[in-house]
Amino acid sequence: MKTLEIPTPECETGNYHTFCPISCVAWLYQKIEDSFFLVVGTKTRGYFLQSALGVMIFAEPRYAMAESEEGDISAQLNDQEELKRICLRVKSDRNPSVIFWIGTCTTEIIKMDLEGIAPKLEKQLGIPIVVARANGLDHAFTQGEDTVLAATTHRCPEYNRHTTDRRGGDMAKLVVADVAPNKNFTDGRDKSNRCNLVLFGSLPSSVASQLNLESRRQSVSVSGWLPSQKYTELPALGEGVYVCGVNPFSSRTATTPMRRKKCQLVGAPFPIGPDGTRAWIEKICSAFDVKPEGLRERENQIWKNLGNYLEVVTGKSVFFMGDNLLEISLARFLIRCGMIVYEIGIPYMDRRYQAAELLLLQHTCGRMKKPMPRIVEKPDNYSQVQRMHELKPDLAITGMAHANPLEARDIDTKWSVEFTFAQIHGSANAGDALELVTRPLRRRGDSTLGCRSLSRQAVDVYN
Amino acid sequence: MKLAYWMYAGPAHIGTLRVASSFRNVHAIMHAPLGDDYFNVMRSTSERERDFTPVTASVVDRHVLARGSQEKVINNISRKDEEQHPDLIVLTPTCTSSILQEDLQNFVDRASLSSKSDVIPADVNYHRVNELQAADRTLEQITRFHLDRARRRSTSDRSVTNGPSANIIGVFTLGFHNQHDCRELKRLPGESGIAVNQVIPEGGSLKYLNDLPRAWFNIVPYREVGLMTATFSEKEYGMPHISITPMGISNTADFVAQIGKLVNVWASTLSEKIFNYELYVDSQTKFVSQAAWFSKSIDCQNLAGKEAAIFGDATHAASITKILVKEMGIRVSCPGTYRKHDAERFNEQVQGLCDEVIVTEDHTEVGDTIARIEPSAIFGTQMERHIGKRIDIPCGVISSPVHIQNFPLGYRPFLGYEGSNQIADLIYNSFNLGMEDHLLDVFGGHDTKGVSTKSLSTDGGDFNWTPEAESEPNKIPGFVRGRARKNTEVFAKRSNIREITIDVTYAAKEKSSL
Repeated sequence: MKTLEIPTPECETGNYHTFCPISCVAWLYQKIEDSFFLVVGTKTRGYFLQSALGVMIFAEPRYAMAESEEGDISAQLNDQEELKRICLRVKSDRNPSVIFWIGTCTTEIIKMDLEGIAPKLEKQLGIPIVVARANGLDHAFTQGEDTVLAATTHRCPEYNRHTTDRRGGDMAKLVVADVAPNKNFTDGRDKSNRCNLVLFGSLPSSVASQLNLESRRQSVSVSGWLPSQKYTELPALGEGVYVCGVNPFSSRTATTPMRRKKCQLVGAPFPIGPDGTRAWIEKICSAFDVKPEGLRERENQIWKNLGNYLEVVTGKSVFFMGDNLLEISLARFLIRCGMIVYEIGIPYMDRRYQAAELLLLQHTCGRMKKPMPRIVEKPDNYSQVQRMHELKPDLAITGMAHANPLEARDIDTKWSVEFTFAQIHGSANAGDALELVTRPLRRRGDSTLGCRSLSRQAVDVYN
Repeated sequence: MKLAYWMYAGPAHIGTLRVASSFRNVHAIMHAPLGDDYFNVMRSTSERERDFTPVTASVVDRHVLARGSQEKVINNISRKDEEQHPDLIVLTPTCTSSILQEDLQNFVDRASLSSKSDVIPADVNYHRVNELQAADRTLEQITRFHLDRARRRSTSDRSVTNGPSANIIGVFTLGFHNQHDCRELKRLPGESGIAVNQVIPEGGSLKYLNDLPRAWFNIVPYREVGLMTATFSEKEYGMPHISITPMGISNTADFVAQIGKLVNVWASTLSEKIFNYELYVDSQTKFVSQAAWFSKSIDCQNLAGKEAAIFGDATHAASITKILVKEMGIRVSCPGTYRKHDAERFNEQVQGLCDEVIVTEDHTEVGDTIARIEPSAIFGTQMERHIGKRIDIPCGVISSPVHIQNFPLGYRPFLGYEGSNQIADLIYNSFNLGMEDHLLDVFGGHDTKGVSTKSLSTDGGDFNWTPEAESEPNKIPGFVRGRARKNTEVFAKRSNIREITIDVTYAAKEKSSL
């Protein structure tokens, strides 16, 4: 196909700032209501969670550190016994349905055999233990969720076409409970057979039901989500089930159901922005041989509603420093909004999983008559700041380590992490995404102090 | 392994980075995996720092794991040297490098051959020390490195300054109100005719560090950071130091008296002039600081005998305890600190001021203790503020760990005479305002919340209160209502009573007033 035309990203030194992938516990423990996340590692990681997650830590979260001490590192203490003691306490205090062990750099380096210990303790404690290695040696920020979901995939019940047919009644109930009753569904009995669509990626439940609704409009019902609201309600996976991702960073999760569960992957752009959402639905429809209806009108309507925001962003330039892997989709959306993207920094670029998204990006650039932005994998923050001084973008989308210093140098910034916490998926949330992007740009007009540069740093430092 | 939800002090490398990035033109390179550079986020957000934090990571990834860092660290050092020409590069180990046991000293030796900047490895053991100890050690290390070298090159100036002068040691980034304290600290000796020679590490430049020994003496305002440096200069250069924290009226008076003592040792020989600060202290205490007058005023009368719990680092917890007890007449039932390795000195400081002392790093222990004694106000860290929220007790934040709220833009020192005003405000505003409290009680109050929520522990609540008995505690003033109810339940438990009737409440009351 067109795969060859996708530009190869450049690759820099990988000296960039991002969050440690264990930060995924922050949103996953909220998503999976009956879970407990145990981060196994040193104080460095615990302190990160504490300082990165700020206020959340005080809300009696269902996560904690199993803080390794000197005795653990030098193997004077028995890992299994130590973990057992801690998990027993977690079990008696919180009684979760599942404990996730998040492996860190520490457990990697000392080669603690979490995968080996987990099944043994699982038996002894009578509680499922899922191991995910979300460490900074291999992964960046949102990829943490990817490792957790990939590990959870193995725990999904086996989907069996025949038993499901027999339990047809149950199945129908499940789906009806999931989404508001729809005439189409009860009419076409044959449709229920082909609607074995499982979506993967953690989204707030309201956003998930919005996406369910989008696909239901095209008579494709979503049979389950990975992760589900509860661990005990994981969706069934197996031959005949289609899976589709909603987040650009879920490449491991995408391959696991394919390879291990014989599911079929629907490769689609991601439902971010009205354009992305439409392309996403179209791809799903084509997988199920459904002719999409009314998508164009719906998309146009959304764009029309976004008019005020588009006025602000059109013609403005943006620079993605790159730290959460949402960058390609966001850049594509912003180009469609009329912005010029100078550079898309991204921690890791899976060209196969993101192929459809990259094609849409290319297509969007052509359509909007904008140059194809430079894609930089494993960027070097220092060099990026130098480039930014030359390019003078209207907006830099960047981590908090750089945001204030860039603002002081008269470059407006948007904190990139907000995009991972805000609701930006689906047509209905396109406004929220643009709300984030336009906030610094709208603020700009109000500046009355007349002082543009507020940095004290000598000119030769960092430029 | 230890199950941990929250920690009061961070890991060692944070301390090193805080010291290194407080100096001007010093760059720290962390030997750490991706994502461990969150120190930059902390500094950039909490301190609202406008400049790039001079900390980069030499990233440890799979390749490093397999083959060792090899040239990577050295290349990163040389690169920083060329790009930003720092005076000093501090190679900072993290838990990862301590487990990998890479020879950082070797990297430093090789890198310093080619780089114009000085390069040193931070000498901190990840497992043995925490953030504060590491900061103390790193500050000493950097100072020692420079002074020793200056001495070898005979570029150090060891003559004392003509007029009396002092160094301020231990003010640094992400410290609790350190910026404001620093300004106040400069003012305090300034008004006493003493020049400030150097402030380190905050804003200090290594170029001028050679002049450090020229000061007559050192001031170490905080217990946590700076004492090692002060001890070092005392040994090597015979510089005395003051380690009294000038927090609160009486501590500040002691502090100034100590200054007078140290200054006069030299002054008598150098200028034959004797400094006398008694008048200064007297007028400051009476008129510049409002705290002395405040504690005498009617307002403060309402605070007399109220109870408070205190928790924080050793410096702040000890000083605030002293202020509450000695200067305001408030009962401190339980001061505590998370500085375990400084426990002995802490005990000594608060001895005779309180009933019990708690030294722990476990926030649940602190929470349970506070819930048990039910003070009228808590003075602690951000964690205690949240404990207070849960059990409905007001809390004033007096110590790190901190939050962006603890980096106010306005002038809010904790030290010196202005600091005593700020502290008085903080304390007064934390307790329910006296008259308001009183009026609420007189008119029945709006406190209709059940008292059973006023506990962090899960036991209790298995008592059956009859409706009449239930209404009984509402006749008692708000701030003792919780305790009255609890006393009743304790009494009932002891006497094996399940159902609490109105008679039981009176029996309990009689018992407790015996």
